[in-house]
Amino acid sequence: MSDELIERVLKVIAASKRIPREQVTIDSEFPQLGIDSMDAVEILFALENEFDISIPDDDVRNVRNVRQMVEGVEKLVAAKSAGTAAG
Amino acid sequence: MRRVAITGVGAICALGRTVSEFRTSLCMGRPGIGRIESTDCSGLRFQQGAEVGGYSHEPYFDDRRADFIDRFAQFAVIAAREAVTGAGIEWTPELRETAAIITGSCVGGQSTEDIGFHEVYKLGHGRVHPLTIPKTMANAGASHISMEFGITGPSFTISTACSSAAHAIGQAFQMIRHGLTDLAITGGSEAPFSFGILKAWEAMRVVSNETCRPFSKDRRGMILGEGAAMLVLEPLEMAQARGAHIHAELVGFGMSSDACHITQPSAEGAARAMRAALRDAALKPEQIGYINAHGTATLVNDVTEIAAIRSVFGSHAERLAVSSTKSMHGHALGAAGALECLAAALALRDGVLPPTANFTEVDPECDLDVVPNRARHAQVEFALSNSFAFGGLNAVLALRRASSQ
Repeated sequence: MSDELIERVLKVIAASKRIPREQVTIDSEFPQLGIDSMDAVEILFALENEFDISIPDDDVRNVRNVRQMVEGVEKLVAAKSAGTAAG
Repeated sequence: MRRVAITGVGAICALGRTVSEFRTSLCMGRPGIGRIESTDCSGLRFQQGAEVGGYSHEPYFDDRRADFIDRFAQFAVIAAREAVTGAGIEWTPELRETAAIITGSCVGGQSTEDIGFHEVYKLGHGRVHPLTIPKTMANAGASHISMEFGITGPSFTISTACSSAAHAIGQAFQMIRHGLTDLAITGGSEAPFSFGILKAWEAMRVVSNETCRPFSKDRRGMILGEGAAMLVLEPLEMAQARGAHIHAELVGFGMSSDACHITQPSAEGAARAMRAALRDAALKPEQIGYINAHGTATLVNDVTEIAAIRSVFGSHAERLAVSSTKSMHGHALGAAGALECLAAALALRDGVLPPTANFTEVDPECDLDVVPNRARHAQVEFALSNSFAFGGLNAVLALRRASSQ
C-alpha cells in the first residue's frame, strides 16, 4: 500500500465524517470513529469521486474498518490503471 | 366508535392489473421482478425492478387526459376505479360531498420532474413543460381520483416515505371510525422508475443487483416496485345494511417515530408501532395469526423487524406466520403499505397466506416462520400490516377477517 494512497483515503474519511484527520488511522475500526452504515455509504461516494472509480456493492458488504477500505480502493485503482494501460 | 369495513379493493402493480391477478400471483408465490424496461439502466449497478410490464395509458385514459397525469397518478386512478366499481357504490349528491380521499405517495411525479430538469440542466433548453408542476405534485393522485368521481369532500395526501400509504389508510380508518365521513377511498401509488431517482437509490447501496430475498441469509437488498392499491372504507353497519361485500375489517392503527436516525431503523420504534396498533384494536398479541412484514430484504431492516416482532409477541412469535410480499411486488415505496394491507386483507378473506418468495436459506437472526416460497392455507382471524419508513416514521394496521355474512 502506498503512503500517498493511504493518506488520501484517510483524508476523505475525515472530511466526509467531519472529524480531525489525526483521529483516523489505518488501524481504526468504524465503530471507534462513530461511522454507521449511512456514514460509510457517504464515504464510499466521496472515495469514488476522489479516485474516479466505481465501487461495487458486493465489494463493500463486509468492510468494517479503514484498512479494508484502503485495500479495496487500492485494488480498484490498480484495476483502473491496468485498464487504461491496456486500452 | 364505529367498526370499519373494506368494501372495495383495487390494485395495479408488477403482479397484475387487477386485484384478481394480484391475488393469483401472491397465491402462486410468483414474483413480478424482472429487468427494468421503462428506463435504460445500463449505467446502473442494478437492473432489476418490479414494473407494471408493458404499461401504456391507452386502455385507461384518452391521450389528452393522460397528458395531464403522471404515471404514478394514473395508477392511483386505475386502482380507485376498480375499488369503487367493486364496492358497488351508488353515488348521491350527499355522498359525493362528504366522501374522503386520502392517498399516500413518497416521490410523487418525480419522473416528470426528472425529464424537465434534464431538459434544463443537460440539454440547456430554456423552458420546461408547463404541466411539470401539476404532474409532479404528490397530491395529484388524490386530485385525479376526486375529479374522476366528482368527489368534493376532504381529500389530501400523506408523504412519509415507505409508510405513506399505511399512514393514509390509517387516517381514513380513523375518519370512518369516528364518524367524520361515511365513505373513504384510500391507499397509495408510486412510479419511481426514472434514471435520476434510480441513481439516487443506487448511491444508498440498499438495492439488490439480483432479486429480493427477505429474511433469507443471502439477501442483497430491496427491489424497487411501482403501482397502486386503493381501498374503499365504510362503516361496517352501513355496509352490511346495503348488502355490500366485505373483504375484511380494519380494526386498529398504530404509529410511532424512532427519533433515532434518518435511515437506520430502530427495533424499539417498530415495536412501539405494533403495540400501539394492538392497543388501538383492543387485541392481545396472542390473537394475531399473520403479519405482512415491512420485509425490505436489506441486511438491517429484516433483522431489526424480527427483533421487534419478538419483543412484542414473546413466545407467540414462534407461532406467527410472517411473510414479506415485497419479494413479489417489490418495494413500491409510497404504495407499499397499500399493496401490503390489501395482501393481508386477501389473506384473511381467502384463507391463504402469501409466501416470502425467493427464499433460499435461513438467517439465524431472522429465524421465524416466514412462509418460505409457498402460500399456505390457514384461517386467520387477525393480521397486522407493518410499514417502517426512512426517517423512522412507522405505521401498523390491524385487520380482522370479515364475519360470515
